[in-house]
This record gives sequence, C-alpha cells and structure tokens, in this order.
Amino acid sequence: IHTTPVSYASGEGARAVPLAGHVGFDSMPDQLVNKSVNHGFCFNILCVGETGLGKSTLMDTLFNTKFEGEPTQHNQPGVQLKSNTYELQESNVRLKLTVVNTVGFGDQINKEDSYKSIVEFIDTQFEAYLQEELKIKRTLHSYHDTRIHACLYFIAPTGHSLKSLDLVTMKKLDSKVNIIPIIAKSDAISKSELTKFKIKITSELVSNGVQIYQFPTDDETVAEINSTMNGHLPFAVVGSTEEVKIGNKMVKARQYPWGTVQVENENHCDFVKLREMLIRVNMEDLREQTHTRHYELYRRCKLEEMGFKDTDPDCKPFSLQETYEAKRNEFMGDLQKKEEEMRQMFVQRVKEKEAELKEAEKELHEKFDRLKKLHQDEKKKLEDKKKSLDDELNGFKQKKTAAELLQSQAQQAGGSTTLKRDKERKK
Amino acid sequence: IKNLEGYVGFANLPNQVYRKSVKRGFEFTLMVVGESGLGKSTLINSLFLTDLYSKDYPGPSLRIKKTVQVEQSKVLVKEGGVQLTLTIVDTPGFGDAVDNSNCWQPVINYIDSKCEDFLNAESRVNRRLMPDNRVHCCLYFIAPSGHGLKPLDIEFMKRLHDKVNVIPLIAKADTLTPEECQLFKKQIMKEIQEHKIQIYEFPDIEDDEDSKLIRKIKERMPLAVVGSNVVIEVNGRKVRGRQYPWGVAEVENGEHCDFTVLRNMLIRTHMQDLKDVTNNVHYENYRSRKLAAVTCNGGVDTSKTKNQMTRSPLAQMEEERREHVMKMKKMETEMEQVFEMKVKEKKQKLKDSEAELERRHEQMKKNLEAQYKELEEKKRHHEEEKSNWEAQQRILEQQKLDASKTMEKNKKKGKIF
Repeated sequence: IHTTPVSYASGEGARAVPLAGHVGFDSMPDQLVNKSVNHGFCFNILCVGETGLGKSTLMDTLFNTKFEGEPTQHNQPGVQLKSNTYELQESNVRLKLTVVNTVGFGDQINKEDSYKSIVEFIDTQFEAYLQEELKIKRTLHSYHDTRIHACLYFIAPTGHSLKSLDLVTMKKLDSKVNIIPIIAKSDAISKSELTKFKIKITSELVSNGVQIYQFPTDDETVAEINSTMNGHLPFAVVGSTEEVKIGNKMVKARQYPWGTVQVENENHCDFVKLREMLIRVNMEDLREQTHTRHYELYRRCKLEEMGFKDTDPDCKPFSLQETYEAKRNEFMGDLQKKEEEMRQMFVQRVKEKEAELKEAEKELHEKFDRLKKLHQDEKKKLEDKKKSLDDELNGFKQKKTAAELLQSQAQQAGGSTTLKRDKERKK
Repeated sequence: IKNLEGYVGFANLPNQVYRKSVKRGFEFTLMVVGESGLGKSTLINSLFLTDLYSKDYPGPSLRIKKTVQVEQSKVLVKEGGVQLTLTIVDTPGFGDAVDNSNCWQPVINYIDSKCEDFLNAESRVNRRLMPDNRVHCCLYFIAPSGHGLKPLDIEFMKRLHDKVNVIPLIAKADTLTPEECQLFKKQIMKEIQEHKIQIYEFPDIEDDEDSKLIRKIKERMPLAVVGSNVVIEVNGRKVRGRQYPWGVAEVENGEHCDFTVLRNMLIRTHMQDLKDVTNNVHYENYRSRKLAAVTCNGGVDTSKTKNQMTRSPLAQMEEERREHVMKMKKMETEMEQVFEMKVKEKKQKLKDSEAELERRHEQMKKNLEAQYKELEEKKRHHEEEKSNWEAQQRILEQQKLDASKTMEKNKKKGKIF
C-alpha cells in the first residue's frame, strides 16, 4: 500500500454529485489505516556525526529503550555504517525500526572521503529497491524497505559555527535523504550562546545551499505546529537514559554539581520537540518524502545513466516494452558490429601472414635455385677437369703403348744382335 | 520484540496515515456488467445514494448500442470530510445481441488498457503523480432465472476472474422467493466451483466479531440484490423500495435482499482491499506477463526463464551483455588459436622443406667433393705412374744410349766381325 507510486485523486473530468444519505465510504481512511496497522510499519534512521556526540544515547532516549552496541573507539580506519533492526510495539502498532550509525565519522586525519561510504550506503538501499521494482515477478508488497527515511545530523556543540566537514557532508546528502540537523550534547552551551549558534548554523546552511528537511505545512491540521518547529531548527538536544528523581517523579536527566539537566524539559533542551516532530507528527511524511522525492530522483538518474529515456512526454504514452526492445536491439546491433570488426581484422591478419609466408617461401626457393646453379657450375667444372684428365690419360696411354711397342721392337732387334754377339763370343 | 519503557509516540503513526490519506482523497473504479434491463443503473444509484444515472446522464440500458461499448462516468462525492473520485464503467450492449460470442472482449480490452496505462506511467523515467484508473471491482449481474448460470455467465466469469475482482450478483432479486433464491444461490455456487471460477473472496479481517459476520456473509453468496431510485413511505419510515400491490420490497431490508450486505462489503469494509488485490495480484499478473513476453522472448517456460523472472530486467540485460562479451572473447581466443596453429604449421612446413633442400644440397656437395677427391686421386696416381714410367723411360733411354755407346766402342775396337 505504501509502495505504489503515490497517486492523487485527480478529480478532473469528474462532476460533483450530492449524496442523498450516508453511503459509508468515509470509512476509507479507517480501512486504509487498519491495513497499515496489520501490515506493520517500517522506519529507518541514519545517525551521522563524529564519535562521542551521543548518537547511541540519543536513540536510546528517543525510543525509551536500550539498543545494542558498545561505545566506539576513535581509532577506526574509515567510516563504516552499522545497522541494527528492532521490532518495537506500542499499543497495537508494530514498528520495524532500523538504526544506522556512522562509525568512525570524522576520526581520520584526512576526512575527505568521509561522506563517501554514507552516500554509498544510501544509494545501495535505493538500488535494492529499484532492482526489486524492476523485476518481472516482484513482491513489493512484502518488501522490507531499507531506504533511509531520516538522517539525523549531529553537530558538535562548539558554539561557533559548522565545521567544514559538516557542510561538505550535508551538501552531499541533501538530495538523497531528509536531513534533520541537531546540536548534540547541547547542555555544554549556554542559552544565549545557543541562540547565536542556531542562527549561525542556519545562515551557513542557507548560504551553502544545503536543503534540510522542512516539516510540511500543507496540511492544515499540522501546519501550524510544523511551521513553528521549523523555526526551532536545528534542535539542541540532550540524551540520557539515566533517571533522576525530581519532585516525586523519576525523569530522564543528567546530573551536574550545579544542577540537573532534564531531557524532557523544554526549557532545558529541544528533545521533546525532536521527538514530537520526528516520531509523533511527521514520521509518515518523512517516509513519503523519501519514496516520492529522494528515491524518484535516484531512480531517474540511474535509468538515464543506463540510457533509458521517455520517448515523448505527452503525446505517445511511454512503453516499457518498446524501450527494452529498443535498448536490446541497439545493444545487439552493437555487438554484431563488434563481431564483424573482429572477423574482418582476423581476415586481414590471415592475409598478411599468408603473404609473409609466401614471401619467405619464395626467398627460400630462390636461395636454393642459386645454390643449385652454383652446384651445376661446379659440376660442369668437374666434368671438364675429368674430361681433360681422361684426355691426358688417354694420351699417356697411347704414348706409353707406342713407346712400349717401340721398345719391344728394339729389344727384339737388339736382343737378336746381342744374341748374335753373344753367340759369336762363345765360338 | 523490544519492550519500551514509556511512551515514545509512534503509536500515532496510524493517525498520520489517516490524515494524509484524507488529504490525498480516494479513488475507486467500479465496473458493472450484465444484460440490459437487469437494474444495473438503479443499483448503482442505490449503492451510492445519488443520481449517477439520471435523465441527463442515462444509464447503459437506455443507451441502445449495436455492439458492446465500454463507457465510463466519473463523479466526485464527498462524505465526512472524505473525498472519493468514483468511476463507474458500464458495458451497454453486453449480452444483448443475438450472437454474443466475444462480447467479453471489449471488457477485457478495457481492463487491460487501464493496466497498460498504469504500467507505462509506472515505467517512465520521469514519473509523475498518476491517477489509478484500473478497474478495482466488477459487479456481474446474473438474471434471476432461478435455474442456474447461463453459458454466457460462465464464459464471462471464466475469462475475467484472473484479470479483475469479480463479484457476481443476482439481479432483481425481488422476483424470487427466499426458497427459490436459496436454491438458485446454491446452484450458482456449485457451478462456479465446477468451472473453477475464482470470484472475489471477502477476506477475513483481524477482528473476531467481524470475521464471524464475514463467514455468515459468505454463506449468502452470491448476493441477491434489489435496487430502487424511489423513496417510499413504509410505516412512517422513508425507505428506498419497490412498490407492488402486495407490498413494498425494501432495498435496505436484510430480509428482503442482500443489498445492505453488498453495500457494507463493497464500500464500508472492503473497498480498500479490493484496490489492494487489484494492485498486488491482478495488476502484477498483467505486468509480469507483459514484461516476460518482452524480455524472455515469448516466455518459453524453461528453468532459465524462471530465473529471469525473478531478476530485474536491468540486471538481466547486464547479464546478457556479459554473456555476449564472454562469447566474443571466447570466439576471439579460438580464432587466435586457430590462426597461431595454422601459422605454426606453415612455418614448420617451410622449415622442413628448407631442411630438406639443405640436406639435398649438402649431399650433392658431398657427392661432388667425393668425385673431386676421386679425380684428384686418379690424377695423382696418374702423375705418379707417369713420372715412374718417364723415369723408367729415361733409364731405358740411358741404357740404350750406353748400349749403343758400347757397341760403338766395340765396333771401333774391332770386336765386331
């Protein structure tokens, strides 16, 4: 019920008709309320502030209970967000309260990125809701809303002005969450200083363009009290879970030697105002603003980032289908183009490589052709040499044969002569 | 659950919700369907105690139509500080033709088109505050035949029960006696169950007392109603009723008909629930069907589609994108691999043929060298032989010379005879 985009009875094109009796639809608000009560309520508070400003104590005081957790040390490496969820009940109203604390905020030497984790956390909750809202089968009705409905910004009670960290952080957060600035541990400031402090803070916020949450004044039933309270911002608060006996009652207070600061005494601090505004009067409005303003802004930015846009504001009704299809086609076309490019590139490379290799092959063949030619030449030389040797051999052979023939002839003749001589001799 | 010590104040939340809802105002769209003459307009006028349909704005039956039309009238009513924009949608011509096949189609189209409008408005990037014109409830008028449902009744309810909250009514109940009415109701409910038609079930409210009442009311379903535009005086009371010679059938008399029950249920106790069921069930069904058709390519029911349904379309597109990129990368690596392999192959081949050629060349060279060596050897041998022979020849020559010299000498000496 809370989660549909808020629609207003337009009444346009409707003609007013009188009723001749009691019809009974004046029970509609009750029907709606009964459903809400049955369904249960949900509220998420984010406390931003330096360590030691009494954030946890204030939560305990506001909700009259002791929430878990120990006081944190100052030596945190970065800003962490710790969130705890509690189921509270008051008469027949069930409230799922989530308190998110910034641990380590402002403790680092270099605080430049302090706000980053806070912004991220807030965005993450928006993102989770957006994802659920965009699902095909969604269960918004039973979705546990984790979006931050109110951000209590704790200002240190210096009495002078806002710290630059405060201004920077609030500026980063003012378009994402309802900011309610409060002056923490305000019992450290005297009344006159407090007035000056409040004025200084307010003017600094205005001059820096920080949009803090304004209690709504459009509903006559609460317009007056809301507008008065707007004038008391930032609320100067004191938190305490200790009780002190004042008169015959036990009241929440802080006891000093010089007196007792009563938390719920409006002369002492603005605690009651805070409780009144935050819980009793405007809790539902805070939730509604988160849903219809801050979340819508986040959603719009996110969708635009992804490339979605309304085709035609008034003439053609925007069709989710068409957008998805268009987006998907665009995307597919893109991919196909990339694929083609890649293929082309490969074809190119293959061509180049082939040419390279062919070139190398050609060179190789040329080389061997050259070698072959050399070889041929060598062979020819060898052949020639062989031939000349053969010729020489033949010549020699002939010579030899001729000489031997001659010799043998001469020998035969000489031999016979010698023989004759020898014969002669012997006679 | 934490116990709180002391009053915090969030018990005031319901009041805050109340306040805001009154400021916003309410809207409700009621559709009436049934043949002409069943007293639809009269019933509407009676329900809302106003002349919604009058001489200036005639009701559906008085507007003679050739085909089924779907028309809406919007009125603004105020009561107890609560403002309600009431849209009555009527369907003149429904069931009046001879051939009534598909006479429900214009009705379905209307309901779907309102859901479509809402879906489009909800899906815009720049969302504005938009009115809720979806049909929250459909009163279906059954003719008081006393027998059972007509085929048209069954067909219509079957086709519309999963698109809109259907509340069947027995019209002109003053034509049935209580016993006839009882039987008729039983028969109708039996047939509704047989055909698995899901009519709107007035859900239990937390309150014990009311739930007893509601159970009693459920036994009276379908509600038999009588409507009247005329106020008659009965026993000093001014009542809406129908005057007969035999008496007055009072509209708001629980013993005469179930009109009061209908009004209480429809307007006083369950109007918000009708809207919630429309929003959380009927509209969501429409939406998921519509979106599934777009993003799941026809909604083929595989396990993949089932997963897709529970994911946001944006996440889905991201997923598709990633898948495709991975596919491309894979393709790229594959192509790269094939390319490298082919290059390697080719290079290897080249290397091999180079080695082969080298080898052959080496061999030829060696061959040649061997031949050279052989030749050299031959030559050397020949040289040796030649020089030996020449040396021999020289010796022989010398011998010859010596011999001839000696002969000469001997000759001279006279030794020769």
